[in-house]
Amino acid sequence: MDTLFDILWSEHLIADIGDGIGLIAIDRVMLHERTGGVALKSLAAAGRTVMAPRQAFAVMDHIVDTLPGRSDRTLMPTGTAFITETRAAARAAGIALFDLGDERQGICHVISPEQAIVLPGATLVCPDSHTGTQGAFGALAWGIGSSEAEHALATGTLRVRKPATMRVTVTGRLADGVGAKDLALHIIALVGSDGAQGHAVEFAGEGVAALDIEQRQTLCNMATEMSAFCAIIAPDEQVFAALEGRPFAPHGAAWDAAVAQWRGLASHPDARFDREVTVDAAEVAPMISWGTSPQQAVPITGAVPSAGEGAAANHRRALDYMAIEEGAALIGLPIDAAFIGSCTNSRLSDLRRAAAVVKGRKVAPGVRAICVPGSGAVKRAAEAEGIAATLVEAGFEWREPGCSMCFFAGGESFGLRERVVSTTNRNFESRQGPETRTHIGSPELVAASAIAGRIVDPRAKGEA
Amino acid sequence: MEAFSRLTAVALPLMFDNIDTDIIIPSREMKTVGKTGLADGLFAGWRYVAVGSREKSPDFLMNRAPYADAKILIAGQNVGCGSSREHAVWALREYGFRAVIAPSFNPIFRGNCIRNGIVPVQLAAEEARTLGDAALREEAEPVTVDLDSMTVEMAGAGPFAFALEDDSRLMLRNGWDAIDLTLQHRDRIAAWREADRARRPWIYLETGR
Repeated sequence: MDTLFDILWSEHLIADIGDGIGLIAIDRVMLHERTGGVALKSLAAAGRTVMAPRQAFAVMDHIVDTLPGRSDRTLMPTGTAFITETRAAARAAGIALFDLGDERQGICHVISPEQAIVLPGATLVCPDSHTGTQGAFGALAWGIGSSEAEHALATGTLRVRKPATMRVTVTGRLADGVGAKDLALHIIALVGSDGAQGHAVEFAGEGVAALDIEQRQTLCNMATEMSAFCAIIAPDEQVFAALEGRPFAPHGAAWDAAVAQWRGLASHPDARFDREVTVDAAEVAPMISWGTSPQQAVPITGAVPSAGEGAAANHRRALDYMAIEEGAALIGLPIDAAFIGSCTNSRLSDLRRAAAVVKGRKVAPGVRAICVPGSGAVKRAAEAEGIAATLVEAGFEWREPGCSMCFFAGGESFGLRERVVSTTNRNFESRQGPETRTHIGSPELVAASAIAGRIVDPRAKGEA
Repeated sequence: MEAFSRLTAVALPLMFDNIDTDIIIPSREMKTVGKTGLADGLFAGWRYVAVGSREKSPDFLMNRAPYADAKILIAGQNVGCGSSREHAVWALREYGFRAVIAPSFNPIFRGNCIRNGIVPVQLAAEEARTLGDAALREEAEPVTVDLDSMTVEMAGAGPFAFALEDDSRLMLRNGWDAIDLTLQHRDRIAAWREADRARRPWIYLETGR
């Protein structure tokens, strides 16, 4: 009667440390130059080594520039050290490195499935909060701190407090023009930014099974924004097809044996979850955030809500920061910039949907529009398919892969108090620039708003 | 890691929900590939008048006596949400914080606190609010966090009990290093991996790349 999470927990439990703490075997460690380099350096400084270097992978994504012709030099002050020191530490540790200039380079959570680093049934950790993204492949994947990364590298394990389980069941199917980003924001607005705290979240139901593998990653990615320990979706044939033949996937007889195991990875029909949430897909509309937390999101046709009980101070702070008033419509708000990218929405299908919206149209005068593909593979595919050309003709900047302007690290950013529509996962204060006012939404919404120069409903054809 | 038994110190009440790690330390303040040199960047967006400036904002509580000497932070729900950056905890620790009191913690932030000698004190929302209000009102009145009695109190508020799993409490109490503790299980880990290799050989990537 186990849940999928329980199955994977049990399979990886090396020792019960007591009081709810398990010593859990870690199958994959991913690192990036922002928080992983320091883990490798600290490990070496302590005189320790990576226990299983074949199971560890490093990538440059957070600090590297995404401008054409980039190098180790970055617009971010002191950024170069993160790149060069992570590179040196990764080489010294003997782990795989997806470096600048490597055609496999990209955002860690985007390249992991491209390389089949993530596999169904595996445990995967990364000092990056959005690691739960990879649970879309039926892996137990969660974000950790740098010290825990050091621990995982040194011991092949982590000491983990076992979370409770929560199932989010999506009944029915999403309407046309509504995607996983909207579904995620809908769920977060429903349960709150700490609504899944202490819980491993399984997404299930017809509305989830009907999502393609890229949309599933978007959904799992956003579970971080409700403070989930991890997100997971039972793997299906679509997942196996997405991984088959990839560089680090098993092949031949090993592939068949692996798939035979993976087919059993599902919650028992009678499994009991500590918490159940049900969402009707038919009720999900295109969503947009109005405040400074992803839970502060409403349907695009909605208005800025009034403060809930006991939340007046937070509500007021968000309204003031965003320069927006209670009762105001989101549609029609003028924007300064539009950003398409990040581990949430930078995969090929995301860019394809954005390109379909902007095809034959132009970004509004005065709006800075940027598209950053999630990986080298996404970039090449988008260029081959004409997506890149469509975006560029519309007036979008077309960049090299990386995390880019999802966050402001002191280098490139949006301007002071600019209003930005963004496909990223966080609308925090100053996240994308000094006092930047970020509204998060789907690629379609961001693309349509870039054309209109103001926030629009992406379903309203001909808007602009 | 420095052991923690009992601390009596000024508490800084920042009673907002969802104080994220971008607020605790903005990305632009993470300037070296290390765990130090971060205290000046703590709460930089709220603490200084402008990005890049070091001129202190008079509006921010931590810039005023006695809160500048705070070693305990009291916050709203979901403290430490957002980025996994341990730099948030390293910055808090370097500034002098040894405990964070809140109604709920982001899981990664909580783990980072424990690994760095900062006690995560989870209280009921009303209890945290009571302490926060008292710390704001009676600004010179210190708060005591006791890891032996597992309570927190100040004059006129508490004591309130809090809980920590044994593993975390022992590490904090004794200043133990988690890796050292885990390596005591070295043989068991090796045996588990050996058995697992037969069950899931593809995990070990030993046939070359």
